[in-house]
Amino acid sequence: MHEVPVPVLLSLCCGLTLQILWQTGQPPSQAIARALPSPPQIDVLKVASLGEPEALGRVLMLWLQAFDNQPGISIPFRDLDYGLVVGWLDAILSLAPRSQYPMLAASRLYAEVPAPAKQRQMLEFVYQRFLDDPNRRWPWLAHAVVLAKHRLADLPLALRYAQAIASHATGNDVPTWAKQMHIFVLEDMGEIETAKVLLGALLDSGTVTDPNEIEFLTSRLNQLQARGHDPLPRTE
Amino acid sequence: MHLRPILTIALFTLREAIQNRLISLVLAALISLFGLAEFIGEVAITESAETKLSILSSALRFFAVLVTSLFVTMSMLREQHEKSLDLVLSLPISRASYFFGRLLGFSGVTIVVAALIGLCLLLYSPSQRVGPWVLSLACELFIVANVSIVCLFTFRQATLALSSVFGFYVLARTIGSIQLIGHGPLADPSAPSQRLISGVIDTLALLLPDLDRYTSSQWLIYGAPQGSDLVSIIGQTTIYLTLLIGVGLFDLYRKNF
Repeated sequence: MHEVPVPVLLSLCCGLTLQILWQTGQPPSQAIARALPSPPQIDVLKVASLGEPEALGRVLMLWLQAFDNQPGISIPFRDLDYGLVVGWLDAILSLAPRSQYPMLAASRLYAEVPAPAKQRQMLEFVYQRFLDDPNRRWPWLAHAVVLAKHRLADLPLALRYAQAIASHATGNDVPTWAKQMHIFVLEDMGEIETAKVLLGALLDSGTVTDPNEIEFLTSRLNQLQARGHDPLPRTE
Repeated sequence: MHLRPILTIALFTLREAIQNRLISLVLAALISLFGLAEFIGEVAITESAETKLSILSSALRFFAVLVTSLFVTMSMLREQHEKSLDLVLSLPISRASYFFGRLLGFSGVTIVVAALIGLCLLLYSPSQRVGPWVLSLACELFIVANVSIVCLFTFRQATLALSSVFGFYVLARTIGSIQLIGHGPLADPSAPSQRLISGVIDTLALLLPDLDRYTSSQWLIYGAPQGSDLVSIIGQTTIYLTLLIGVGLFDLYRKNF
């Protein structure tokens, strides 16, 4: 310390003081909401990933998920441009096709906004991407069935999604309740005869093996046959 | 060429790594990156373990490459500046013995770095998945270490050598995707400029190892790669190391000290 010349010490103190004064005089940062940018082409993203598309996909997913919380400002999901959100989710799924994260975000975060048009847009995305890998992505379409039925009150849409699960998600790991959803949607739509036929066929097919489930479905079929064309109370 | 001087030079290289606190640096980086990964895992609302593992393993892979290239380049550069290379070559040791000794030493360092990273990844992923990942990382680091030696012999300057190593690494990691873009539907194959660019890209792809297939974080998340993938990685590494050793020895023998 003693060996340091005084001018050097003075310049050090002067520099430090000036830096602090400079920063104090700067205007405070203002929170400005940034719009969601368009997603780049998938080829560009793959090059940018430096051979680690899975990691880049997951980083992008976290970034997209946190986009509503920008520094000092919070943007509701419904104010986001859903066309761009779908584009980003699509790009992330292309980078990390085995990740379920984008599907969960689409069906559980972005499709829950109180804006029917945006909900439909997101449910359609879930439906389209479900078709790419039905045996692993069926849970998100099953949630879409529930949303279409109860939030949008659009039974034909719920039926379309439920039928897609029944016809495409045929893997052994897919539970039978998911494969049966379309029967109960039909029942809610008043299509009792069709529901009866499908339920009977399901019981006859032998794919349901759990005794409790067989008992439940049989009682349901008996109720349908007893009531004839009168719709049953909804099973919510 | 005798084995004894090779082993002695390799041992000195390993000792240099310990004296330069390379192991401490790797451990410090492991702790920092694990902390970051845990934070990221908290942010994720689903698949937090997979997200942590994917981001952590990619970050560790880049860190390992960075630290290997820096260590090799700085070590070789110091040797040049301190004239210890001249001293070694004035002894009855062939240039090839010196080259292989250094290469063996640097390879030992990369194995230690890869093993340390692998041991820590065992916290998140089973050994059946971590094992092939570490093997692939070690192969990748062998190539990076060898490229760093060659670049320093050629340019004899840290800035140029390191820029070349990083340029090589980024190109080797992305050349497959660049090729796909070059031959994609948006490219007009009839345009002369496009044909020229595609030709350059294809030539580069022939000369570079496809590091894109190495050390994927997907192996840690979804399961180990096929045996044939690992055989392909080991085969590519062996071939590329042979090429790099040839280039390095060619450059070393033509130099006047």
